Amino acid sequence: MTIPPPHTSAPPPSPRVVWDADQIGRAITRMAHQILESCGGADELILLGIPTRGVLLAQRLSAAMRAAEGAEVAVGELDITMYRDDLRHQPTRAVGRTLIPRPIDDQIVVLVDDVLHSGRTIASAIDALRDLGRPRIVQLAVLVDRGQRQLPIQPDHVGRFLPTSQGEWINLRMAEIDGFDAATIVTTGEV
Amino acid sequence: MRHLLSAADLTGEQIGSILNTAEEMHQLQGRAIKKLPTLRGRTVVNMFFEDSTRTRTSFEMAGKWMSADTINVAAKGSSVSKGESMRDTMLTLDAMGVDCFVIRHPSSGAVAQAAGWVRAHVVNAGDGTHEHPTQALLDAFAIRRHFRQLGTEGWVGKKIAIVGDLLHSRVVRSNVLLQRTLGSEVILVAPPTLLPTGVEEWGCQVTHDLDSVLAEVDVVMMLRVQRERMQGGFFPSAREYTEFYGLTPERLNRLKDGAAICHPGPMNRGLEISSAAADASRSLILDQVTAGVSVRMSVLYHLLGGDDSQGATR
Repeated sequence: MTIPPPHTSAPPPSPRVVWDADQIGRAITRMAHQILESCGGADELILLGIPTRGVLLAQRLSAAMRAAEGAEVAVGELDITMYRDDLRHQPTRAVGRTLIPRPIDDQIVVLVDDVLHSGRTIASAIDALRDLGRPRIVQLAVLVDRGQRQLPIQPDHVGRFLPTSQGEWINLRMAEIDGFDAATIVTTGEV
Repeated sequence: MRHLLSAADLTGEQIGSILNTAEEMHQLQGRAIKKLPTLRGRTVVNMFFEDSTRTRTSFEMAGKWMSADTINVAAKGSSVSKGESMRDTMLTLDAMGVDCFVIRHPSSGAVAQAAGWVRAHVVNAGDGTHEHPTQALLDAFAIRRHFRQLGTEGWVGKKIAIVGDLLHSRVVRSNVLLQRTLGSEVILVAPPTLLPTGVEEWGCQVTHDLDSVLAEVDVVMMLRVQRERMQGGFFPSAREYTEFYGLTPERLNRLKDGAAICHPGPMNRGLEISSAAADASRSLILDQVTAGVSVRMSVLYHLLGGDDSQGATR
């Protein structure tokens, strides 16, 4: 798996950028150390990213773990479309890819997502894990926690807490898709 | 999607979406727990007015693996045998709150007509000698997997020969329509007595000589000789049919490298296909059956997986 360089071009100047590429890079490195420490090494660890940016983040965390401690951590993808609780309220959604690197029974699974908000995605991901096996421990790592939870879900590893109010959204850009790394706060009505 | 009645209704994009989703559903086959919560609370009724093993079972499994409630209604043992019309039977079930009907019927066009009566979604699981769209989709799925394993991608330029009893086949029509959308070339091979009327307007190459095309095709799809639909002599003898149109061990050897063998089943071993061909490593026949469940899950998901306010839900 090749990981593209974390930031290839500079973000366009914007007053609403709240987190730049260097800060994001440092946060990922710190999270990688934290996860390895709390899980007692890489042997039983599986990082499962939730598409789309959660998968990229899981790949970056794995790369950071390799760079820091030479640890080879398995990375997978967990699509939760078919486990969503709002399927009936929207047009039929395209189903994404699920890729489990090895059986998750008795492993330590760290769910990885970009932005944590209501907690509903993570609740669905936990439902999906139950159908895949029985991990020993399940943890949650997110790059941004923007608050406003609707379910009793708390992350174990957080890049940064960015509290938002009603009508505000966190727009996380990642170089692999967007060409640069940045987190911006967007108010409803803007893009 | 409101209904799935004909392979012609599907755009290339929709076919791609159905096949890609089916690919994800396919992973379920390898899991200890074959269950997704996706269609919880939906009711799917299988109405089969004609015998079927694999289609009915695979639709039932597809529904159950996605947590839908599936009910089988056979014409025998239902009020249909008391003289109730198909329309009244369907309206009765529709009034009970059914979300989707999966219908097989011996009359061509019956399923499309039924779709106009009910509020629920309708899937055509085979109507007479007309269409069987989910079969064409699962054929496409199995064929695409086969080509991907060989490291090739894309349909354009692929040649598919469909051989045998085309007159009584609904599989052939759905396959021709679907493969045309996908961009592959279909060659129809049959004796003159087993060609449907108007086949020259389908836009396919038609030949009576299997041996003339055998070496150039990427897929050879053998169709069952449907003796139960045959009244009268369509060919002199079974032996002569095998001689000219059977996939014999000798013809098997003349297929080109990487060419695949398909058969929608049930097979008449020794008639249209030899055991050597049916059990060959290039035979996709069991892959087609496995694909059937995944593809039907995907079809049910595309019909029932989203907001229903345009369609069925009251």
